[in-house]
Amino acid sequence: MIFNPEKECMSREDLRKLQSERLVKIVKHAYDNVPMYKERMDALGVKPEDIKSIDDIVKLPFTTKKDLRDFYPDKLFAVPRSEIVRFHASSGTTGKPIVAGYTAHDVENWAEGVARCLAAGGMSKEDTIQVSYGYGLFTGGLGAHDGATKLGAAVLPTSAGNTAKQIMLMEDLQSTGLCCTPSYALFLAEEIEKEGKKDAVKLKSGFFGAEPWTEGMRKELEAKLGIKAYDLYGLTEISGPGVGGECECQNGTHLWEDMFYPEIINPETGEQLPDGVEGELVFTTLDKWGMPMLRYRTRDLTHLIHEKCECGRTLCRMGRILGRTDDMLIIRGVNVFPSQVESILLEIPEFQGQYYITVDRVNNVDTFDIDVELREEYYSDDIAAMNKLADKLVGRIVSVIGIKPKIHIVEPGSITRSMGKAKHVTDNRKFK
Amino acid sequence: MIIQQISVFLENRAGRTAEVAKILAEANIDIQAYNIAESNDFGVFRLIVSDTEGAVIALKKAGLAVVLTTVLSASCPNTPGSLTKILDVLAGKSISVDYMYSYIHGDANQAIIRTKDIEACQAALIAAGIA
Ligand SMILES: [Zn+2]
Repeated sequence: MIFNPEKECMSREDLRKLQSERLVKIVKHAYDNVPMYKERMDALGVKPEDIKSIDDIVKLPFTTKKDLRDFYPDKLFAVPRSEIVRFHASSGTTGKPIVAGYTAHDVENWAEGVARCLAAGGMSKEDTIQVSYGYGLFTGGLGAHDGATKLGAAVLPTSAGNTAKQIMLMEDLQSTGLCCTPSYALFLAEEIEKEGKKDAVKLKSGFFGAEPWTEGMRKELEAKLGIKAYDLYGLTEISGPGVGGECECQNGTHLWEDMFYPEIINPETGEQLPDGVEGELVFTTLDKWGMPMLRYRTRDLTHLIHEKCECGRTLCRMGRILGRTDDMLIIRGVNVFPSQVESILLEIPEFQGQYYITVDRVNNVDTFDIDVELREEYYSDDIAAMNKLADKLVGRIVSVIGIKPKIHIVEPGSITRSMGKAKHVTDNRKFK
Repeated sequence: MIIQQISVFLENRAGRTAEVAKILAEANIDIQAYNIAESNDFGVFRLIVSDTEGAVIALKKAGLAVVLTTVLSASCPNTPGSLTKILDVLAGKSISVDYMYSYIHGDANQAIIRTKDIEACQAALIAAGIA
């Protein structure tokens, strides 16, 4: 189902017109109300009047995560505090978190974005949607909640954690939709399997986001939970989950570009890149007034596709996120994304999808160690056979990533499954 | 005699085998024989116990990877030449041994033998008067 056909299927020409009108307004709003934007645009010699159409977006300065930290907590807000109706904050690993403020209109638009995603993944007012994202400062829980409410579905706000109760309610209230991180979904799937409740659970669709995931993980989740698994993309800086979502074609994540204008840039030069070329995803919020973001650099690496989708939507799609520019590890001079390791693991049937990477430097050489688990039936009495599996994995990683890891087969269940964003890497190298 | 051996996958970490022994002790299961085979990061703890089924349940409940392995228990009296006799029979039939270890069952010294084809191994030993 298409939640808002007028917007989601509008002609590219009308969309461009709408995007241009909105960009002109939001740039003026940001320039007039946020000192940082005024200073930066002045420094580049760009006035709001210079922005006449969406093509002029390249004249605008970029905004980064560092800006959100530097202007903590609310110096990037563009409305009086009385207009703000909601705060969220992202978990910062170091120092202060980043804070986002929303007007009532912003919260409405955010919910609209999520509702579009849920509808695109087959949900309607007939469905019961279990929100197993954490509720609170994290945008996942309340974002999915508001979107499901806007759709008219029944929300089961279980939040994350307390897995046994999650599964009980999932079964008893017959949840048909599930929103959570893909790693928590995998954990839930394993628990459901253990409890032998796969047939009792009636899930149809899963909406997973807040951390990058892979096609292999999709297959695993779909098989284990008997669902269709959809990407639910978003980030706190732009609003939260629901900046984009997949349709039934599962061939790219539609971005709601009438509200959030995407660009792909070369992360080194800042130059715009054409369709199909991998680069850093950048968003400009075209209709967000509390904390407008001009050309916010997400650090997510992906590509865009503007061709019309078979589902009928004209709004563009992005490919799978390859990783974050800052998740990227450089090991022995080679770029390594943890998600690549995961993709490889999920292609080899003898291994589980869980992994943990440890990087260190010994005698000036980088070490690359990966803990992995076998699927239950492959733990055996035969040491040689298990070592052969480890060798097979080493071979695959060498051919895909280009460097040789040391594989450690660990006991089943010993790699921590997380409730929120999974931590997959420890880098012990000390860079002076 | 063909018997079931329990094989437990363990990471090479201090105290891991002790934990397995403790789980079995708490389930009131007697370990009759054991052997530990190690690789770089992990090992397989092989056990012959008084209650195989009970041991599997207790170990699985503790989250361990446990499999049953079919092995041959052959009499190997505590006298010079008895092991040679077994090995000669197997060599004569071109049966290669994956691993073996010994244990004392009551008064009798037994050799635990793991080969790819347990049935053939047993037949060869019975034919040679060793059972
Ligand atoms: Zn589509």
